[in-house]
This record gives sequence, structure tokens and C-alpha cells, in this order.
Amino acid sequence: MSLNRRSFLQMSALTGGGLALGFYNFPIGVAQGPAKAQLLPSAFINIASDGTITLMAKCPEIGQGVKTMLPMMIAEELDADWSKVRVAQADLDESRYGGQSDGGSTTTQNNYLPMRRIGAACRQMLISVAAKRWGVAEAECTTDPGRVLHVGSKRSFGYGDLAADTADCAPPSMDSVKLKDPKDFRILGKPHANVDNHALVMGKPLFGIDCKVPGMVHAVIAKCPVYGGKVKSANLDEIRKMPGVRHVLIIRNAPSGSAGPSDTTTEPGVAIAAAGIEPGVAIVADTWWQAQMARKSLKVDWDFGPGVSQSSEKFDQTAAEMMKAAPANTLRSYGDVDGALTGAAKVVEATYAYPFLAHGTLEPMNTTASYKDGKMEMWTTSQTPGGARSQVARALNMQASDITVHICRVGGGFGRRLSNDYAVEAAWLAKQVGVPVKLLWSREDDIDNDDYRPGGYHSFKGGLDAQGKLVAWRQHFITYGEGQRYASGANMDAVEFPSGRVPNYALYATAQPLLLRTGALRAPGHNAYAFAIKGFIDEMATAAGCDPLEFQLELLNAMPVPMPAGQGRGRVDTLNAERMKGVLELVAEKSGWVNRKHTSGRGLGLACHYCHAGYFAEVAEVSVDADNRITVHHVWAAGDVGSQIMNPSGAEAQVHGSIIEGMSQMAQEITLSEGRVHQTNYHQHMLLRLRQTPTIEIFWRMTEFPPTGLGEPALPPILPAITNAVFAATGTRIRTLPLVRSDFSFA
Amino acid sequence: MALKLKVNSVVSTVDVLPDTPLLWVLRDVLDLKGSKYGCGMGVCGACTVLLDGVPTRSCVTNVGSVEGAAITTIEGLSPDGMHPVQVAWEQLDVPQCGYCQAGQIMAASALLAHTPHPTDAQIDSAMSGNLCRCGTYVRIRKAIHQAASAGHKAMAGTPGAATYGE
Repeated sequence: MSLNRRSFLQMSALTGGGLALGFYNFPIGVAQGPAKAQLLPSAFINIASDGTITLMAKCPEIGQGVKTMLPMMIAEELDADWSKVRVAQADLDESRYGGQSDGGSTTTQNNYLPMRRIGAACRQMLISVAAKRWGVAEAECTTDPGRVLHVGSKRSFGYGDLAADTADCAPPSMDSVKLKDPKDFRILGKPHANVDNHALVMGKPLFGIDCKVPGMVHAVIAKCPVYGGKVKSANLDEIRKMPGVRHVLIIRNAPSGSAGPSDTTTEPGVAIAAAGIEPGVAIVADTWWQAQMARKSLKVDWDFGPGVSQSSEKFDQTAAEMMKAAPANTLRSYGDVDGALTGAAKVVEATYAYPFLAHGTLEPMNTTASYKDGKMEMWTTSQTPGGARSQVARALNMQASDITVHICRVGGGFGRRLSNDYAVEAAWLAKQVGVPVKLLWSREDDIDNDDYRPGGYHSFKGGLDAQGKLVAWRQHFITYGEGQRYASGANMDAVEFPSGRVPNYALYATAQPLLLRTGALRAPGHNAYAFAIKGFIDEMATAAGCDPLEFQLELLNAMPVPMPAGQGRGRVDTLNAERMKGVLELVAEKSGWVNRKHTSGRGLGLACHYCHAGYFAEVAEVSVDADNRITVHHVWAAGDVGSQIMNPSGAEAQVHGSIIEGMSQMAQEITLSEGRVHQTNYHQHMLLRLRQTPTIEIFWRMTEFPPTGLGEPALPPILPAITNAVFAATGTRIRTLPLVRSDFSFA
Repeated sequence: MALKLKVNSVVSTVDVLPDTPLLWVLRDVLDLKGSKYGCGMGVCGACTVLLDGVPTRSCVTNVGSVEGAAITTIEGLSPDGMHPVQVAWEQLDVPQCGYCQAGQIMAASALLAHTPHPTDAQIDSAMSGNLCRCGTYVRIRKAIHQAASAGHKAMAGTPGAATYGE
């Protein structure tokens, strides 16, 4: 946040002899922003003369722990004394810090080496200065946390004593800087509490919603209850008289073909929306509550547009028709799936369905923006602050260099804050009204105007030979889109397991049209089809009379079939079967899977999944009462994310969160009729509660692979682990989510 | 309309309509931003404050109805973060995004005030109205037990850089 940043700069100036070090010349993945950040002497590390070390945290903290983890990587190689480390949130400056986005569980893998190299280079510079002062060879020097040591003479300098001279040193070559052997790590691999915990338990204003700018006003935007609808007219004069109201504006789309943002209108109370802003009525007042109260008296005559014909019932009907018809698209096909099904000893058919979901981050969408003299300053809650800047620049015809973005702590991302729609709205409003504006969506705005996780349907046909071996797999995915263009988050990967592991295989997709925003929800795609695919695998194992563990291990033993030419859209099957088998075997051992008891009303279910470069296998133990209420007693999770767990406390938290969120998703749905979303708030889109939370045990399988992220991969397997456990307990297969649509619920 | 509010032992006069929710008076008039807006209808618990020691949803509590009550927000729970619940929250590294945690801490502190050694069932009952989107419930339960056993002899935390320790 700006205050942290400012106080950080003030501190740098005050301490005078402080060391400012920053370099970043590593290629960065697309998900992390610019392809190549410029090498700049900017600050990741500031060492004050008293030895206090300030490290810049470059990525937004959305609850996944990066504000602690990335500085831990720097501190490790710097050999810092963690108790003397302070962490400051960086503002957006990707030319200085490299990529500053959060998404796809990529922060760990993209930063593990670059952040360590920054720390290691600084340590080398500190050693170099100390060696010069002592007149000894650098090779005779080493470090202890916060100190350079000359072992031979038992002399030492604190880092603070060296900081002033180090500032004048040229940094060593980043490619050749020596990194620690991970077995010597003192910070990484040890649990560390989130650096903001103290401020959080004190209720300090860390979040975007807490931002306060002098002269600020507050805004809400009422949007059409049907996506894509427009405002015909509204009772603006009445709303203007409400207490505290300063401005009421109809936001109207620019006529198609017009220049957009530069368009003006002489119609009073009407403003032409900039690109990327949805139509509605903006109310700006002295306080947010006044704006929200005024909205309650707002009467809008809407032009609902074509979206009004949509309903969940029609989606279901269309999907059922599409399932009966020939598939539109072949995502992957090899062998002779129809022939193999005809010749199979046993054929199993099943249809799975899952609903649209909202993100419902606990902190609603918000951004504060201030526009003055052609410059925009923003305080936003975003997973992609660089995206926020470029979207605002595009919408308002501004230069990106005229837009300052402060990264606030974020009350939950989960993929919702990959879009910056609310940030563009706030920036546009700030320019319209000429004073700083905090735009805050109400919870209802949030639930009803989300980038929903798309619903979907999967029709399966599986064939077993006489020995119970899976010889044919036919899957028809009914999704949303047009032709071969799928709605965001509504596509499926042609290499998704068991693709390539069954001798005869076909994956088809047919899309039905959709007029609704969709997008990524934590473990996008995987959070949906893991439930369907891993549920159906359990069905096939049952039909084969085979233990689901053995059945999956055998599938993983199959030599992968290469992708047929012209299929798969260039996707390569990166699943490492040994790693998947490793976590399956580990979770089976820890959960006592092989010796599990078979009792009525209580059972264990197993599922594994690979996504975002991570491997997870989970076992759930459930009981189901006479009213079909499910209690999840215990979850065992085994994960493989490579050679190093950065922060065991943060890692464990991500797995807890993934499992609990996965359970929440099983009970949630977004439904529509007449184009309107039914659900408005948490009472209709409920989160799991503390009393419903199982005991969770986590086990890590350490492998030699490069470390990868934990934001997402532990989520997908929990859904099928639970539905498979319900089958074990009751003999009933849950094929439709939410649970209530299969006549189940969580107790 | 001028109303007198006693928040964290300080009496302030606020000029707001009496049907304004207490939450928005706390946040935007008194600039106490610790209590959070999550749902606006009393179902998520992010806005939880204590009214005469009783956990209350400030988002659905009219400010006009709480004149004369002792209102405690997260900012007033302790001067230094040394309330056993705050200490346990830091030590067990409970928060993920942290947005719901002020409400969780207020609910937990009210529970412990009346039930110094709660059972799991009592924790379930007292805490299940406070939603956490990140899923920190496993540690919330553990932290409440730790705070209960720490009680008055709360272990000294290391503000700002507490080390997670089990």
C-alpha cells in the first residue's frame, strides 16, 4: 500500500547509508507479466545501518501467502536474520520487479530462482565489502544470519555496518551467483507466520476496502439484473435529492462504431461508457451507505436485451438434446472407441453435471481512484495489477505511464480478481466526477455480476474387457460457447487423464450459447471435471470389481498414447505417472485404505488429480445419515509439488483452504431464470462452516522436481473423494452437483 | 442527528441517521476499519463487534439502537495485540487473506469470556456463524483451544515477525 511504500522510502532516505539493491533480468512466464523485465538498480532489499532489512514483496497478497514466501526466498540466500526482516508491499512497477500477477499457482515456480539470486547477489556484495575492509580474500569469509564472518580471525560485521559501502558496489552477474544447497536452508522449509498477522489481529486498515484518500466520495453502480441489459431511463431527479448524493449518472454504451471514450452526450445525467464498462446507473455520495440507500429508491426502466431468454432449465434441456446428438467437436480421438465399446465385456454409462458458481470473495470488489491533471492514481485489489493499469489506459485513452497503481492486500482472489472490471469502473468514475472515488460493490452486486465458473455436463461410456481392464472411454462434454470457441473457463484439455492411458479413447465437446460472463475459479476447469472424471473412474473400478486404488495404478502404468496429428491444440501430456502413483500410494498408506472397513452408512473414497504442475491424492471418510446428510470426518491429502516446500505453514494452509473450498463448491450453485441470477448473497451461495470442517492430515512426497505452487492443485480431488466415499457408504452415486440436486447435503 | 456512541471506551458524538448500520458508522465516520463488510445481512460475521460483551453483527444493527451500550471492536480488544486470542491467532498463523479474521477473533474472544475452556462442540456452536472463504477453520479451532489453555499466562508474541510454532 502507498503508506507502506511511502514510509519505506522515507525510511530509506532517513537511514542514509541504506543499501538499495534490485535487479531482475530473468525471462518471466506469460502469466507473470512482461516477457522480460528491465535490469534496474531498484530496491528489493534495503538494509538500514541498524541491521534492519526491508524486503519488497512484489506480488499481491490474496491470502495465498506470497507476501511472506517471496521475501523468505530473498532472505534465505541473503542469509538474513528473519526476526530483523520487515516486508513492504511494492507498488506496481513490472519493469522494476518483474511480473506482479497472481494466477495459475505460478508464483513459486516463477520466482524460486530469481528471488534467491537477488538475495545471494546481495550477500556476495556484503562479503566483498567486508573482505576489503579486513584485507582478506572473499573466500575466507562466510555469513551467519545478519553478519559477515572472517572465520580465521573470528572477526565479524553486522550487515548494517556494511550497508553504506555495499550500495556503491556493482552487483555480480546474476547468472553465476552461487546459490545455497537447499539442505543448508535456514528459512525456507521452516514454518513462518504471515508477515501481516500482527496488523491483521489488530484490525489495521490493510485492505483495498479500507483505503482512505482525502476528499474521497463513495460510489455504487446498479447494473441490469440481466447480463448485457441497458438503461432506458431512471428516476435520476428523485435520487439526486437523497441524503448525501452528489452525482447520479446513467452509464450508457458508446454507439457501435463510435470512438467510445471520447464520445460525449448532451443528454443530462447521461455519460457514455468507456470500453469495458457495463451499462448501469452510478450513484456517488458522501458515504457508501448513503449511496447504497439512494440505490434502494432507484427505479430503472431496463432494456433487458437478448439475455432475458436464458434459464438454467433451458441450459439443461439443450444439454440433454446435445448429448443425444452427434458431437460437434472432437478434442481427441484414437483407437476405435465405438468398436471397442461394442466388443466390450461390460459397458458402463453415466452422465455428470455441475452448476455455475460464483467466487464470492469475502472482500467485495472495490477500487479507489483519483484523477488529477491527466494522471490517475489507483488503490486496487487485483490479482493482475498490471492488467488493471493497461485496461484503464485502454478504456480512458491514457498512457500507462500516467497511471499509478498501489497494490492493496486483497480479501480473497480465487480467480475473480484476474478481471479488473471494477478497477476500470472506479477509474472512469473518478475522471467523471473530478474527485477521488471509492467504488465498492455490494455483496449482491458481486454475486450477480461475477465471472462465473461455467457449469457443464459430461456423458460417459466406458468399456471393460473380460479381465476387467478399461479398454474404451468415450466422453462427450457439453459446455458453453459457439462452435469451437468456448466461454472463458469452459474448455477442456485434450490431455486430461485418462486421455492417452486407455487403448481406445474419444473426447468430444459440444457448446451451447451463453450470454453471461464466465472466468477462472481456483483450479479452473479442474475443479469441475475432476468431479466427473474421477467419479466415473470410480464407477468403472466398481464395475470391474477392482479396488479403485489398484484400478488407477494400473491405468497409470499404461504407456501414454501419442497425440494424433491435428488434435489437442498443441497440448502435451505432462502428467508424470510415477508422481501420481507416488501420492496415491502415500495417501493409501496414511489413510489405511487397504484395510478399510466396509460398514453401512460410513465409507472412504479416494481420488487423485494433476493440475497446475502439482499432484494430489486425497481420501475422505464420510458418514451419511438416514436423511442423506453427509458428515466428512477425516481427509487425508498427499501432495507432490517437487523438491522444496517453501513455507510449511503457508503450504498447509493452502491445502486446508483447497479442501474446504472444494467442499463449499459441492453445495453451491448459481441458477438463472429469465436471464436473472437467483442467488444474491451468501445465504443462497453458502460457504462451508467451521462445524462442518473435517480433520485434515497432509503428507508431502518430496521429489527431485522443481518446486511448484500450491494455490490450486489440492482442490480438485476433494470433490470426487467425497462423492466416491458417499458411494462406498450408501451405494448411491452422486453425479449431479450441487449435493441438493442429488438429494444429499452436508450435515 | 447527533448520537452518542461509546466505542472502545471512548465516547464520540456522530451525526448520522439512526437507521444507519453501526458497521458503516464505525468504518466511515469513526474511521475504525477493522470491522469488515462481507454480506450486509448478518450471515457472514465479518462485521462482528461486541455489544456489552455480546457478539453482534454490526452490519444489521441500527446505530440508533446502541446508544449507551459498550461497543468493542477489534481495535479495542487489546492495546497491543496481547489478548490470548490475538496471540494464538498470530502463533498458529491462522489468517490467509485475513478479511474475516477480525470477526472471527471477536466471536472467539466472546466465547472464551463466557466459556474459558470450550469443548469442540461449544466452539462449533459459537463459531459456525462466522464464515471464512479461505478455509482457516482448522486453525481457528486450534487457536481457540490454545488461547483457552494460555488464558492469562499468554505467551509473549513477537509483534510483526511472529514465528509459527507448534
